[in-house]
Amino acid sequence: MTDIAVDLKGVTLTYGAFVAVKDVDLKIDKGSFVTLLGPSGCGKTTILRSIAGLVTPTSGEIVVAGRLINDVPIYKRNIGLVFQNYALFPHKSVADNIAFGLKYRDVPKADIERKVKRALDMVRLPGVEKKLPSQLSGGQQQRIALARAIVIEPDVLLLDEPLSALDAHLREEMRTELKIIQREVGITTIFVTHDQEEALAMSDRIVVMNHGLIEQNGTPEDVYRMPATKFVASFLGQSNLMAGTIAATGNGSARITLDNGASIEAKAPASAKAGSKVTVILRAQRLEVGKKAANGANKLKGKIAATSYLGGTAIYAIDAEGLKLQANTIIDDQVFREGETVDIAFAPSDCVLLGEDDRRLV
Amino acid sequence: MRQPRQAEDASGVWGWRAVKIVTILVYIFMFAPILVTVILSFNASMFGGFPMTGVSLQWYGKLFQNESVLRAFKTSIWIALLTAAVCTVIGVMAAIALTRYEFRGKQWMNTLVILPALVPETILGVGLLLLMKWANQPRTYLLLVLGHIMLALPFVVLVVQARLIGIKRVYEEAALSLGANRFNTFREVTLPLLMPAIVAAVLLVFTISFDNITASLFWRPPGVETMPTQILAMLKISISPEINALGTLMIVITVGLPLLGGAIARILSGNRQ
Repeated sequence: MTDIAVDLKGVTLTYGAFVAVKDVDLKIDKGSFVTLLGPSGCGKTTILRSIAGLVTPTSGEIVVAGRLINDVPIYKRNIGLVFQNYALFPHKSVADNIAFGLKYRDVPKADIERKVKRALDMVRLPGVEKKLPSQLSGGQQQRIALARAIVIEPDVLLLDEPLSALDAHLREEMRTELKIIQREVGITTIFVTHDQEEALAMSDRIVVMNHGLIEQNGTPEDVYRMPATKFVASFLGQSNLMAGTIAATGNGSARITLDNGASIEAKAPASAKAGSKVTVILRAQRLEVGKKAANGANKLKGKIAATSYLGGTAIYAIDAEGLKLQANTIIDDQVFREGETVDIAFAPSDCVLLGEDDRRLV
Repeated sequence: MRQPRQAEDASGVWGWRAVKIVTILVYIFMFAPILVTVILSFNASMFGGFPMTGVSLQWYGKLFQNESVLRAFKTSIWIALLTAAVCTVIGVMAAIALTRYEFRGKQWMNTLVILPALVPETILGVGLLLLMKWANQPRTYLLLVLGHIMLALPFVVLVVQARLIGIKRVYEEAALSLGANRFNTFREVTLPLLMPAIVAAVLLVFTISFDNITASLFWRPPGVETMPTQILAMLKISISPEINALGTLMIVITVGLPLLGGAIARILSGNRQ
């Protein structure tokens, strides 16, 4: 049995008429790295802030480390918080910034010095104790902010888009670093981002949110390969959404007539019934263009509408007899150009079926 | 747009010259009276005007022997210090309430608190006086100080509010999340970041109170003179060169203090660059 570090039970948060978070249930395992992913205004930051104690839920319970903390003021919750813009105290040295939380935890002075030093070693910035935050680069400041948050050994570490203020190159570097540090410390971490790449690269679990609701909660592979809803499919990665009707089912698969008349085979769960309308989801990466199709694959003919050549890969917009498809493929020998007619193929097992309610059939 | 290049340049040059000349004239207009006062305060002549008959410090000497001037000076300093102290404490608290908290009637409060700065001082002077008459209260030092506080408070709120809006809430949120309660967060984070504005506000209020004449004329207790009312009283008798000396000292105080404050504020904010 795993320990639950954070447990949200029916949390709802409204601002006047606006419902930021709707009846959210979420359990977060101790030591795991969980990402709340979604577009702005989806409620992810509100959830983070309610765990931190910066906002109070309208209803529902927040339990951290087995303690109901709804009515505990922020400064009595043992929580580490890292902000997008670092929020280092500009008038305090790096050492004083990191020591800030320790001071309020009655840590003896000698221990404070030792812990500050260890925290700086951990974020790989030894020896900057005496500097002011403004003397450090953005990436360094974010490391100090991280050190300040983990040095107090919080029950949970909350990261509010901590990488989005960094430039692209540094962001990737910090992504890896952050993950390594999190592993080393073994601290339960909740990470808020709208960047799907960050979410996929760093998380043990991804919680995809939209309009104050959880759309899907799963491992990065689950969320990517088996999107639970239409929103998840279109928000994460490039997907083709093909509308159609099930013509026949059997043997764990279904024959589907797409709206443009084409007939395809797709892997289907038992709940798929003939005659019902479905949306077939197919990742752009799973679409083969101009290659010899494998046995049992669905084959279509299409015309290249646009080509984006990216060196190792190419993104094609394809018109398959009225069906608009997007393919993101590795280039083997030849790049197809606008107007060329190509064979396209995809495996039935790469298809995910959504029912009429836009949820995955299970 | 097809004007000859050279003509354009020439008119540009003349334009700039005109700007320079006008600027110099404006500055002369603004500072000539001050300069005249300072120069004449060193005039040896018996009369408080030109021509200069020699350089002398005798009027400063006389001033420091003038009991009523010294008394008025002391009165003004005390009132200004009290006003500055009270206004700063109340003003900072008001500014924090108005920027950091949501409550009913906030917009109204915001407008009302700066209203005394907009209403003509004479009206405020008469108003407070009538109120005191109606309440059958004598004119006391307390009334005078309270009046000055009313006049100066809006400026503290405005200056501090402007700075508070610039201090991002995340600093306070970070401090709270690290375990500092609201008071400690204020003491360790908000207050230090607010310091330049507070220094500026203190000096501004001190100057406003020290300079005030209109309202002071209405509110001062019988027989009490502040520095500006004392000067007015002296002018009624004659334009003595003593007044030039006094004027020069007033200029040194009211100009010097804000300059000093500016320097302190720069050093304070320089520390956290």
